[in-house]
Amino acid sequence: MSRIAARFEALKARGRKALIPYITAGDPEPGNTVPLMHEMVAAGADIIELGVPFSDPMADGPVIQQACERALKHRVSLRKVLEMVREFRRDNIETPVVLMGYLNPVEIMGYETLADEAARAGVDGVLTVDLPPEESAELAGALKRHGVDPIFLLAPTSHEARIRGVSEVAAGFVYYVSLKGVTGAATLDVEAVAQKLALIRRQTDLPVGVGFGISDAEAAAKVSRIADAVVVGSALVKRIAAHADDPAAGRREVAQVLAGMRRAMDQATTATPA
Amino acid sequence: MSTVIKPEQTPDWRAFPDARGHFGPYGGRFVSETLMEPLLELQEAYQRYLQDPQFLAELDQDLAHYVGRPSPLYLAERLTRELGGAKVYLKREDLNHTGAHKVNNTIGQALLAKRMGKTRIIAETGAGQHGVATATVAARLGLECVVYMGAEDIQRQAPNVYRMRLLGARVVPVTSGSRTLKDALNEAMRDWVTHVDNTFYIIGTVAGPHPYPAMVRDFQAIIGREAREQYQAAEGRLPDALVACVGGGSNAIGLFHPFLADEGVVMYGVEAAGDGIDTGRHSAPLCAGRPGVLHGNRTYLMEDEDGQIIETHSVSAGLDYPGVGPEHAWLKDVGRVRYVPITDREAMDAFHRLTRTEGIIPALESSHAVAYGLKLAPTLEPEQGIIINLSGRGDKDINTVARLEGIEL
Repeated sequence: MSRIAARFEALKARGRKALIPYITAGDPEPGNTVPLMHEMVAAGADIIELGVPFSDPMADGPVIQQACERALKHRVSLRKVLEMVREFRRDNIETPVVLMGYLNPVEIMGYETLADEAARAGVDGVLTVDLPPEESAELAGALKRHGVDPIFLLAPTSHEARIRGVSEVAAGFVYYVSLKGVTGAATLDVEAVAQKLALIRRQTDLPVGVGFGISDAEAAAKVSRIADAVVVGSALVKRIAAHADDPAAGRREVAQVLAGMRRAMDQATTATPA
Repeated sequence: MSTVIKPEQTPDWRAFPDARGHFGPYGGRFVSETLMEPLLELQEAYQRYLQDPQFLAELDQDLAHYVGRPSPLYLAERLTRELGGAKVYLKREDLNHTGAHKVNNTIGQALLAKRMGKTRIIAETGAGQHGVATATVAARLGLECVVYMGAEDIQRQAPNVYRMRLLGARVVPVTSGSRTLKDALNEAMRDWVTHVDNTFYIIGTVAGPHPYPAMVRDFQAIIGREAREQYQAAEGRLPDALVACVGGGSNAIGLFHPFLADEGVVMYGVEAAGDGIDTGRHSAPLCAGRPGVLHGNRTYLMEDEDGQIIETHSVSAGLDYPGVGPEHAWLKDVGRVRYVPITDREAMDAFHRLTRTEGIIPALESSHAVAYGLKLAPTLEPEQGIIINLSGRGDKDINTVARLEGIEL
């Protein structure tokens, strides 16, 4: 069983939902990333989504765009991100790590090389935002051969046939983008998300994570009642940005935000639903 | 990365792309999931209306009476005499309403937007020509219009910014990344994904996810269809060569496409070599880049060894783009079109030469094509002939040219 599947099973057994923080690797500088990953795990993260910086992050709002720019000042490449995962794995072999980024850095490295090196570094899943299932056969195949889960997005615009198509190639979990927009956009509509999740669950047995627009503990708690995982990104990256000149302070704030979300989610999922 | 090129057969290059938008290994649809359904909808609508006699009649009507088509195919006699080689014909897209070929496409896409029930139009622009052409058709159809433009380009193309505002468009400066055309495209995509229900994104070039490269080409192919007929009427034969500048490549593909099956017609796509290919300061992905994925399609890109897109340079804002339409990438690989570099300096010289010799001020983009034509014509015989696509007029560039020559206006 993959590390991601094992993590979701263990959480299910304890009646808990997964908390998945996203950070951009190398933000604000490369030395910050591995300590931050460990601190996020200590604060209650179940899976870590590690953003691979890209010069043209089309699906991201200004918060993550700027995180990419900070990381790229230090030339943080896909290879460097893999090194960070290797370093993280020296002290943590349980927490799944998912790389999230855009296709072009993967194209340059080559699908087979990336799949092989990711597996050896201890990466558990790869999500390439601009690779829809229609174009994914080759990369998804390479990843699966190396035991790495290809993670795919679903969106409010995805109709039933597309949801089915995505669930056929996806592994690990599917990531539902809760709103039409870029990362860090307005707050999500929980009611609408719940309706869509019901539709998605008819098409797939994979766990469903929800992200985009979850900015505080209250939103995380609400989403945890209906989803298997809560993904939070821009709300954390904002804290890192605010303390770009004092990364340790940024890490402390990120851990605080996550711990608050963890508490709120656990209360929401163990309390009797209203 | 799957199609194998079989050199022993010559396929009809006009038959591409395939159903998924692939030109060989290039093109495709590389966007986030949210945009997939809207792209499929657009493809369906575009295929339906391209068969719809009423839609086509309305398009023809607008092209004739609003754009002013057909544009002339003009024999540049004095230039031809001076060069002492092939006859030089200019396809006068600069005489279109709004002063460039861009309007051929915006008219088509705006009619499509109207039929799809969209009330809001967005666009990206580099030199401002596509932005002006979009703002123009939006004004005429009474649609809300937002144009994304790099903050850098807003500086160097101030007259076009004002024109767009006069036409009622909101021009949004883009300050991320290199603050030029590629960043404007990123920002327009972000707008589209956010307002996808009521918004139609009019992409200005033959790039982006399928169906844009094919759709924009089909709207621009009127250039080549007219030129082919006009040349045959004038000379009783087909031209020996075609020359057009390539940024994203919409004017070039528009001229080339109807000639692709005419094996005797040699085609040259002219890329912006900026300060020179060897300086690295250029915008010539086909001459000096490599394949990758950006802005929804696989194509040649200017990128570093990590796959990050690098900054480009050209004196011409309209060519200052790190990618190129996927059909051009394919036509390069199969050898049907030759892609050649022209430097800023060569383009500037050609700008002056055409202005002084023929009384036609070309856009700096088109000046790249003219510059290559100046090199090519003398190598051919007087009974031969070439067509240079004069994709736009140079009025918008006079401030840039004056500044480069130290003249204060």
